[in-house]
Amino acid sequence: MIRIERRLEQPRWLDVAVPFGSIVVAFVVMTLVLLATGHAPGHTFWRLIVTGFGSTFALNATFVSATPLIFTGLCAAAAFRMRLFNIGGEGQLYMGAILGAAAGIALGDRSSWLSVSAMILAGIVGGAALALIPGVLRAYLNTNEIITSLMLNYIVALVIDYLIFDSLSYWRDTSTPSAKVFPQGKVLPDAASWPVLHIGGLVVPFGLLVGIAVAVFVWALYARTRFGFEVQVIGDSPRAANYAGMRTRRKILAVMALSGAIAGLGGASQDGDFRHTLDPRGLTAAGYGYAGIVIAALARYNPFSVCLIAFLLGGLQNAGYALQGVDFPSGLVGVLQGLILFCVLGGELLVRYRFAFDRRSRRAEAAA
Amino acid sequence: MAAAVELRNITKRFPGVVANDGVDFEAAEGEVHALLGENGAGKSTLSNILTGLYHPDDGQILLYGEQRVFGSPRDALDAGIGMVHQHFRLVPPFTVAENVILGDHRGEGKKFVVHPRHIERRVAELGERYRIAVDPRARVWQLSLGEQQRVEILKSLYREARILILDEPTAVLTPQEAESLFETLRVMAEEGRTVIFISHKLNEVAAVSDRVTVLRGGRTVATMATAQTTPHSLASLMVGREVAEVGWISREEWLGDTVLTVSNVSALGDRGSPALRDVSLTLRSGEILGLAGVAGNGQRELAEVVTGMRTPTQGSVTVDGKRLRPGDARAAISAHVSHVPEDRLHTGVAPSLSIASNSVLKAYRGSRFAWGPLLRLRAIRAHAAQLIRHYDVRGGTPELPARRLSGGNLQKIVLGREFDGQPRVLVVASPTRGLDVAAIETVHAQLRKAASGGVGVLLISEDLDEILALADRIDVMYEGEIVAELETGAATVEEIGLLMAGGTAE
Repeated sequence: MIRIERRLEQPRWLDVAVPFGSIVVAFVVMTLVLLATGHAPGHTFWRLIVTGFGSTFALNATFVSATPLIFTGLCAAAAFRMRLFNIGGEGQLYMGAILGAAAGIALGDRSSWLSVSAMILAGIVGGAALALIPGVLRAYLNTNEIITSLMLNYIVALVIDYLIFDSLSYWRDTSTPSAKVFPQGKVLPDAASWPVLHIGGLVVPFGLLVGIAVAVFVWALYARTRFGFEVQVIGDSPRAANYAGMRTRRKILAVMALSGAIAGLGGASQDGDFRHTLDPRGLTAAGYGYAGIVIAALARYNPFSVCLIAFLLGGLQNAGYALQGVDFPSGLVGVLQGLILFCVLGGELLVRYRFAFDRRSRRAEAAA
Repeated sequence: MAAAVELRNITKRFPGVVANDGVDFEAAEGEVHALLGENGAGKSTLSNILTGLYHPDDGQILLYGEQRVFGSPRDALDAGIGMVHQHFRLVPPFTVAENVILGDHRGEGKKFVVHPRHIERRVAELGERYRIAVDPRARVWQLSLGEQQRVEILKSLYREARILILDEPTAVLTPQEAESLFETLRVMAEEGRTVIFISHKLNEVAAVSDRVTVLRGGRTVATMATAQTTPHSLASLMVGREVAEVGWISREEWLGDTVLTVSNVSALGDRGSPALRDVSLTLRSGEILGLAGVAGNGQRELAEVVTGMRTPTQGSVTVDGKRLRPGDARAAISAHVSHVPEDRLHTGVAPSLSIASNSVLKAYRGSRFAWGPLLRLRAIRAHAAQLIRHYDVRGGTPELPARRLSGGNLQKIVLGREFDGQPRVLVVASPTRGLDVAAIETVHAQLRKAASGGVGVLLISEDLDEILALADRIDVMYEGEIVAELETGAATVEEIGLLMAGGTAE
C-alpha cells in the first residue's frame, strides 16, 4: 500500500532533485510515446534540443518566445508573493499593447528614444490601470481578485478585437482600400521599433533586457526593502500584518499595480520588439498571460527562476514548431510538450509530500 | 488482568530530535491516568502515536494485552481509542448531532441518507448519562468552548471509545466547568473506561487522576499513584530539578501615573455581534491588572481595541494622556503599546517567515533596521541572534521559519520582541498557555520585572492561578462587560470563578 504523507521537513536538495527527476521521468514517458508512434526517440530528442537551443538561429527564436513569458511570469510571481492571485496578466498585457501602440503611433517618427520611453511608460500605465480595478475591488470590498481579474481578460480581449476588426479606431489601418476589407492595425513608425542588441550572431531584443532588469528590480524590492518585507508578512499572515500595523489595503493596491505594470510592459514590448502593430489575433492566440501563471508556479515565485523557466519553455515551444512536419503531426508535438509540463508540475507534489510505503504490510506481519 | 493500554519502548524520531526515546506507559481499565510533562517532553507525540497519527519507529502498542499496529487514525478509532484535542476538530456550521456522526464509518454516519432524529436521541441519552448535556440540534458555532469540548467527548462516547485521551482539556474552562468535567471523567472510569489526561497543571492532576506518569525529555521518568505525590514533587520530576514554590508575592513598589485609560469602549466581534459593551478601565504605571474571564467573553476584542487592531464603535483609548487614533495599530505601536497576542502562531508571528523577519515585525520601520526604503539585513540578523541568545530560544537560528519552533520557544520570541520595544503598556494574552513549568517561571519573572520597571501590564488569562499570582488588581469580564473589580488579596478562586460564569459575588 502506498500513501501520500506531508513532509515534516523540506530538505534543500529536493529543490534541485525533484525538477531534475521530473524531467527524467518526462523523457522516459516520451520515449514510450515516440516508440509507440513509430518515431526514433533519440533522434527526436536531439532535434528537440537542437531546434530549441542548439544554434544561434534557434536561440534567437527562443529569445523572441521567452520575452513575453518573462513579463507575464514576473507579473504573476510579483502578485502571488503576497497571495494576491492576479490571473489577469493576459488582459493587462493586451492593455499595455493597446496603449503602447497608441503612444508609438502618436509620436510618429520624431525620435526613437522618445518613442521607446513613451511606449514603455504607456505600457506600464495601461497594465497598472487595468490591474487596479480588481485591486481596488479587493482592497475596499474584499472581492475575490481571481474572478475579477480573470473576467477582465475576456473584456479586454473583446476590446482589442473591436479596435481592429469592428471599428475604425485610431489603431486600425484605413489608409488603403484593401486594408478596409481586410482589417489590420496601423504599422508603427520606425522610431517606435525597439532597438536590438547584437552579440556575435545573437540578436537580443531590447524587451528581453528590460524583462531581466524588471526581474532584478522585483527581486531587490521583495528581498531588500521595507515594502517587500510588508508584502511577505501580508502574504504569509494577514492577521500578523494587521498586528504589526501594516497598511494592508495600500499594499494590495501597490502590488496589483506593480503586477499589472509588468504585464503591460510585456504588451508594449510585443508592439515595439516584434509585431510593430496592434495585433489582436496574434496576442489572443498566444496566451502569454496564462503561460506566465504556470511559469511563476514552476519558479516558486522567484524572479530569476522565472527568467530561466521562461527561456526553457520558450525554447520548447520553438522546438515544437520546428519539429512538426509531414512525418511528425503537430498533435504529437503538443503531447510531448504537455508531458514535460505535466511531469514537472506533478513533481512539485513531491517537494511537499512524500510517498510512504509498507505501512500495511508491517501491520500484516504484526498480526501474523 | 492485562492493562487497557500498554506502550512498550516507544521511540519516535523527527529530523534532528528524538521526541520519544523508549517510552513505557501503561494505563489500566477503569482509571484516570494523568500524563504529565513539560513542553516538548513528548506527550503530544505519544498521544499521536496512540491515536494512529504517527507510526512509531520502534516499540509496541498493546491494547488489552493484544499487540496492535495502527496504519491510520481510523484504525485507532476502530480499536476504541478516542481523543479530545486541545484545538477542537469540529465543523462550526454543523449541528452537534452532525458533528458526532462525522467520520463515523460503521453506524449511522455511513448511510447515504442520514436520519438526524435517531442520532439526536442517542446524543441526548449519552449526554444525560455522563452529565454533559448539550442540545444535539444546536449548531457548534453557537456553543461556548466548554460546550464544544463536551461535543468532542460525546463524539468519542458515541463511537464507543473505551480509551479516551484528553489533551489539556481545562485550558478553556472555568473552575466550575473543570470540576464538572472531572466528574464526567470519573463516571467514565467507573464504567471501566480508561481516561488518559494530558496536563501540566499539577493541581488538576491531583484532583482527577488515580495514577500519573511523568515524561521528561522523551523518556518516562516515573509512574506512581497520585495519592503518593505532591504538586511540588511532581513539578520537580517534570523539570528534573527543584523548583521554587509558586505563590503570590506581594509587591510593595509604589504605583506611578495612569498610563492607559479605556473609556466607554464598545466594539463588535468577528461575527458582527456586540463583543464589548461600555468597557472602562485604567492602568497605572508599574501595575499588573489581571483580566479574568472564560475565553470568548470579550477579552480578545478588548486587547485588540487597545492595540489598535480593532475599531471600536464608541469610546476611546488613551495612552500617557494621548488619545490613540481608533483602529490604527501603528498609532498604538508608536505610543509604545506592546502586545503579546493570544494566537501566537498566526497573529504574533508570520509563521513561514524567518525568526529574523519576525524579530523585527514591528521595528522594521525604524532607522535601527532600515535605511530609507532599504532593510539593514545584517542588523536584523544580528538582532535576531541576540534575541535567540538572550531569551534562550532552543533550536532557533535567525533563518529558521518561525513555525518550526515549539510553542514555548515561539512565545519566547514574541515576548522578547515585545519587551524589546520599550513598552509603556504591555497587553499580554494567555502568555504561558502551553508553556512548561520552567518557561512559565521565566515569563512570570519577566512580567514582574517589566512592571517594576514602570510598565503598565494588562494581563489577560483564563488561568486564574496565573492571575492570582501576578496581578495587583483583577477585573472580571463576562459577556463583553467588566462585571467586577477586585483587589487580588481580597479575592478567592471560587468567587472569581462564579463571576466568570455570570454569577454575582456575595
